[in-house]
Amino acid sequence: MKLFSRSLALPLAAILLAATPALAASEADFKTAYAAADAANKEAGTLRDQWTTTASALKDAKKAADAGDFDKAVAEAKEAEALAKASVFQAKAEKEAWKAEVIR
Amino acid sequence: MRTAIQIVSAALALATLVLTGPAAKAANSVDPAADAKAFQKYFTTKFPKLKLSDFVNGPYSLNEDMHRQWVEKEEFPPYEFALDAGKEMFSKPFKNGKTYADCFADKGIGIRQNYPYFDEKEGKVITLELALNRCREANGEAPISYVKDDMAALTAYMAFTSRGKPFDIRIPSDPRALAAFENGKEYFYTRRGQLNFSCASCHVQNPGERIRAEILAPALGILNAMPIYRSEWGGMGTISRRFISCNSQTRGVPLDPQSDEYRDLEYYLSYVSNGLPISGPGARP
Repeated sequence: MKLFSRSLALPLAAILLAATPALAASEADFKTAYAAADAANKEAGTLRDQWTTTASALKDAKKAADAGDFDKAVAEAKEAEALAKASVFQAKAEKEAWKAEVIR
Repeated sequence: MRTAIQIVSAALALATLVLTGPAAKAANSVDPAADAKAFQKYFTTKFPKLKLSDFVNGPYSLNEDMHRQWVEKEEFPPYEFALDAGKEMFSKPFKNGKTYADCFADKGIGIRQNYPYFDEKEGKVITLELALNRCREANGEAPISYVKDDMAALTAYMAFTSRGKPFDIRIPSDPRALAAFENGKEYFYTRRGQLNFSCASCHVQNPGERIRAEILAPALGILNAMPIYRSEWGGMGTISRRFISCNSQTRGVPLDPQSDEYRDLEYYLSYVSNGLPISGPGARP
């Protein structure tokens, strides 16, 4: 019996841990994630290269937060931040890259 | 010995400066005439069977079946209603008794080929759409939407009175005008939006190819046919609408109509089509 409990203790603990849901996101988490995404999107705006998909993700994040679904809200805000950062990268790279496409 | 090395190094550095200086400058200098020449040569080489003036008919010149459809369509063109409405609007007096004709050279007839132009007083590009709204405001009328309906009708009528006249866009010897041309060029070739497309990705690198069901138009002569009736839109659209929808299709947030970038883009694209006839209003799939 002792052997049984010893050999099963670790796997059981692991299963229990995996089955425990991750801590739900809070409103504060959403606000932090949204502020980061919004800042990156504003930077894209100053570079005149915002993406429609960023705007959609920001809108969806706000909608989910209004409905109290902060897990989804945080996920959408993070998606928006990634998209906005990609648009900023694109705009900065294109400051020089466009010249390679010019007909000469 | 050390002195000799220093003298040789200095001479080499000086020689490098002398040799690379002018070349680097030439690479960065703005030469609109050379740009237009290279631009037109690119398209005439790519489509050797087409006459220069054929390019104003966009995709209809690139595909035989579409060309036949276009010839038939032109018998009862879908832009005809807009043309009639534009003519009526153009001659109808504002509340103060003046008309659009009072705002333009030659009473606004046969002048489309001179727009956009660079206004040296303002230091900016003035498009026909912008000039029409400024005319309204100067006469106490509210501005109208830049993208369709009334603006498309007015520009359709003005383009019609210029049909066959070659684009005659001037770049005055003013560094701000050259900067506007260069900004327009930069906008045209810059990739943007999540799909990472520039205007040139479609209209320079792939004219004649299909993108989904559409045949892409060549950039050369693309503005000569504006405004256009697009079956896809189910109505008329202006140059502003064309730029905005292109940006949206690449998943980029479009700029405001008549923002500086769009005005400069129109200046660049019109200039490189100098010599090609105005064919607007046009119809496109």
